[in-house]
Amino acid sequence: MSDRHSHLGRLESESLHIIREVVAECRSPVFLYSIGKDSSVLLHLILKAFYPSKPPFPLLHIDTGWKFREMIEFRDATVKRLGLDLIVHTNEEGRRQGINPFDHGGFYTHVMKTEALKAALKQHGFDAAFGGARRDEEKSRAKERIFSFRTANQEWDPKNQRPEFWNLYNGRIHKGESIRVFPLSNWTELDIWHYIMLQNLPIVPLYFAAERPVVVRDESLIVVHDERMRLHDGEVPTMRRVRFRSLGCYPLTAAHESSAATLPEIVAEMLTARTSERGGRLIDRDEKDSMEKKKREGYF
Amino acid sequence: MSSLLAETADPAPLQQFLAKQERIGLLRFLTCGSVDDGKSTLIGRLLFDTKLIFDDQLATLKRDSVKHGTVGEDIDLALLVDGLEAEREQGITIDVAYRFFTTDKRRFIVADTPGHEQYTRNMATGASNADLAVVLVDARHGILTQTRRHSFIASLLGIRHVVLAVNKIDLVDFSESRFAQIRDEYARATRDLGFLSLTAIPLSARFGDNVIERSARTPWYTGPSLLQYLETVNVDPAVDVQPLRMPVQWVNRPNLDFRGYSGTIVSGTVRPGNRVTVAASGRTSTVSRIVTMDGDLESASAGAAVTLTLADQIDISRGDVLTNAKDPISVADKFDAHIVWLADQPLFPGRSYVIKLGTRSVSGTITHIRHRIDVNSYAHVPAATLGVNDVAAISVSLIAPVALERFADSRNLGGFIVIDRLSNATVGVGMVEAITPGSTNIVWHDMAVDKESRAALKGQRPAALWFTGLSGAGKSTIANLVDRKLHALGRHSYILDGDNVRHGLNRDLGFSEADRVENIRRAAEAARLMVDAGLIVMVSFISPYRSDRDAARERFEAGEFIEVYIDTPIDECRRRDPKGLYARADAGQIRNFTGVDAPYEAPAAPELHLHTTQADAEVLADRVIEELRRRALIT
Repeated sequence: MSDRHSHLGRLESESLHIIREVVAECRSPVFLYSIGKDSSVLLHLILKAFYPSKPPFPLLHIDTGWKFREMIEFRDATVKRLGLDLIVHTNEEGRRQGINPFDHGGFYTHVMKTEALKAALKQHGFDAAFGGARRDEEKSRAKERIFSFRTANQEWDPKNQRPEFWNLYNGRIHKGESIRVFPLSNWTELDIWHYIMLQNLPIVPLYFAAERPVVVRDESLIVVHDERMRLHDGEVPTMRRVRFRSLGCYPLTAAHESSAATLPEIVAEMLTARTSERGGRLIDRDEKDSMEKKKREGYF
Repeated sequence: MSSLLAETADPAPLQQFLAKQERIGLLRFLTCGSVDDGKSTLIGRLLFDTKLIFDDQLATLKRDSVKHGTVGEDIDLALLVDGLEAEREQGITIDVAYRFFTTDKRRFIVADTPGHEQYTRNMATGASNADLAVVLVDARHGILTQTRRHSFIASLLGIRHVVLAVNKIDLVDFSESRFAQIRDEYARATRDLGFLSLTAIPLSARFGDNVIERSARTPWYTGPSLLQYLETVNVDPAVDVQPLRMPVQWVNRPNLDFRGYSGTIVSGTVRPGNRVTVAASGRTSTVSRIVTMDGDLESASAGAAVTLTLADQIDISRGDVLTNAKDPISVADKFDAHIVWLADQPLFPGRSYVIKLGTRSVSGTITHIRHRIDVNSYAHVPAATLGVNDVAAISVSLIAPVALERFADSRNLGGFIVIDRLSNATVGVGMVEAITPGSTNIVWHDMAVDKESRAALKGQRPAALWFTGLSGAGKSTIANLVDRKLHALGRHSYILDGDNVRHGLNRDLGFSEADRVENIRRAAEAARLMVDAGLIVMVSFISPYRSDRDAARERFEAGEFIEVYIDTPIDECRRRDPKGLYARADAGQIRNFTGVDAPYEAPAAPELHLHTTQADAEVLADRVIEELRRRALIT
C-alpha cells in the first residue's frame, strides 16, 4: 500500500501522517472505536502508523446496550487478537432510567451516545479523539476540518472553525478543550470497501447478506434482533436475504435486500447503488439538519 | 477473507475495473470568486450531471429547494454543497465543503469555498491543498475585488493552474465579446501572479452549458468544456527527482532494540544504504531499513509514510529533517515570507507567536512588515500592523534555527502557520520567500569576557526581575526598595522604569497596541544587555499583554527571568492615583489607558505574586529579596 501512485496508497499515507501528528502534538489521545467498517479501516491504519510499536493510546467504545450482538462479539475478538486496550463506557444513569430507542427517539441518541461520549472523554481526560467519519458521508461532515476543535463543553462551532493549511495541523488547546480527528476525511465509501478487500480486513458479518428475520417499518427493513424488539400491531417478521451498509443501534439501523455475501460482491453492489450510505440510519431522519445539530452538541 | 474472493462467481471484470480505478489520477481543485458568482451551483451541476447524486439525496434536495431555494421552481443545485444550516438559511457559503467525484478519466476532490471577504480564511484553507483553481466570474459583473483577492491568495498558496469560469453567460446573451473582454481583463490583472496556465471557459452552471459537454449555445467557443479540461490538464510537479526530504514526525521506540524515525517523505527517494544527513544537527548516518507493517521496502518516494532505521545511534527528534548527505537542506532562524493574516486580532511586529513549519513548532516573531499588498491593485503599501485578511511581505525571526526551503521549492518545508500563544488559534499562514543568507551563522559576537565571568566578579548571578501590574499598583515603589536593599547587600543592580525609558530610548513610541508591543520589546532587549553585563536588573513596566511578557521571557536563559506580579485591584489604584492619571483617563483625556479603556492581562503563573493590599511595600520588597536567595541568585 505504500505505492503512492495508487489511489489507496495515497489515501493511506495521508491518514498515517494525520494519525502520527496527533500522537506527537496531543497529550492524551483515544480512538473512538465504533466497530463498523470505517473503524476497521482506521484501526488497521493506526496499527500501521506505529508499527512495530503498539498504538500508544486506548480504544473507547460507547456501548448503548442496543448494538447488534455480532458487533460486540467482533469488538471483543478484535481487541483480544491484537492485544489492545479497550475502554467500554455506558451511560449507566440512562440505562437505569430505561432510556431506549423505541420510546425516546432522538433523546435516546443524545443521552446514550452523545452524552455518554462526552462523559467518557471528560472522565478519562482525553484531549484528542480519533473518529472514522468521512466527508463523503453527509453534508455537514463535508464541511469539517481534519483536526476539528471542540470547546471545553465539547461543542462544535461550524461557523467558526480553525483554518487548516496543507498538512500542518494545529493541535494546541487549552486544558479542557479537545480535538476530534478524522484521518479518513478524504476516503469515500467505495475506497473503504476496496481497501478492506485488498487488505483482507476482518469486518462484522452483518455486512454480508444472509437470511435474517425482518419487519418493514416506514419503508425500512428492521431486523428483529432480540426479544427487546417491539413489534407493532400486525407486524410479522419474515425471513429475507438482507445486509447492512452502515451499522448502529439495531432498532435504528435499516438493512436492505441484497445477495452480496462476499467483499467483491459488496463492492460490485456499491458501484450500482442508487441510495446513500446513511440512508439506512434512522437517526439522521429525525429532524432537519440532524447530523449538524448532533455534531454541534458533541456527537461524532 | 481470500477464500471469499475465490468463491465469487466471476471476479475478473470487477477486479479489472478496480485495478484501473487505482491508477486513475487525482486532481484536487477549488472553486472560488465573489459572492453569488455561482460556485456552489457549479459543483452541484458537476455532481448532478455526472450522476453522482443518490436518489435519497435528490429527494432531500427537492424538498430543500422548495424551502430554501433561490431559483424558483427549479431545484437549487447549490443546496447540495451548502451543508450547514446557516448556509442554507442565508443562501451563502460560510465554510469550505469537500466533495468527491470520479469519471472514467480522473478522480476529483473539489473544495467549494466561500466568496464573502469575511470568510477568506476558509477560502485559503480550501486553496492550500488544491492543484488548480476554478475562478468564477459573473459575466454581468466581470472582475471584482474578490476575484482579484482570491486569485492572489490562490497564487500565494502555490496554485499554478487556473480556469477562469465566465459564468451566467446565458444572462449576457451568450456574448462572445463580453467573454473576450472579461478573459483579457483577467489575464492582464493576473499577469504577475505566476500562473503557468490560464484557461477561460464561458459557461452557465445553472443550465449546464459547457460544464460537461460543449454547448451549442456558444458556437464561437472552440475550447474544451470544464469537465473535459479538468480531466486532462496536467498539474503534476516532479517531486521524485528532487533531493530527499523527510521531516521526522515521531520517534518509534517499541523496545530497546528498535529505534525508528517515522514520517512522510516530502520529496525524493530513499533506499537502504543511502547516506543521510540530519538537519539541523548536521550529523550523518546510513539508512538500514525502511520499515512498514507490510514488510520492509526496497525504496520509498515522495508521499510515502514510512519508518526509517539508521546504522548509527545519533540524536534525532521530532522536527528534524532527514536529507541526502549530498543535498543538505538550509537551516536558518531568519527568513522573508508572504503572509495572509487570518485573525481579527491584529498582527504586531515583535510579538511572540508559535510558528509551525514541517513537523517543527518554534517560537518566533515577525520582526518587520516590509509592505502590505493591496489585494485589488497588488500595489505595495507601508503598514505597521496587519488586520484580518491582509496580505503582506514580512521578515521572520525564530528563537532557534529550523530546516526549511523556499515555498516555491517545497510546499511542505516552505509553508508555515502562525499560532497565537494565548488563544491557540491559527492566526496566519505564511510562505517562505527567501532564507536570510548566513542567518544561522550570525552568532553573538564571541566576547573574551563572558556573562559568567562578569557576574562572578560581582558575586552574583544576573537576572531580570520583571515587575508587571496596573498603573499605580506600586511597581516602582517596590522595585526601588529592592534596589536599595540589593545595594546595601553589595549587589549590582539597576532599574529600567517604564516612565523613564519613555523619556529617552522609547520617546518615539505612543500608546497604541503596536507601540506598546515595541515598547516592551525594547525594554526586554535593554534588560538582556544588562543581564549580559552581569547585573540584576529590575524592569518596571505595566506590560499589559501576556504575549509580550512571554516574548520578553524568551529572550533570557532559563532561570534568568523572574516575573513579579504586583497585584493591586483597580479600585485601589484609582484611589491612590499617584500621578492623577486615572482621573484624566476617566474624564476621557487619556486614551488607551490600561484598566480603563485598554485591557490588562494578568500573569497566569508569575514567579512571584505580590498582593499590595495584604502587606506594605517594605515587607513585599523583602519577599523579593528572599526569592532571589531561594533561587541562589544572591547569597
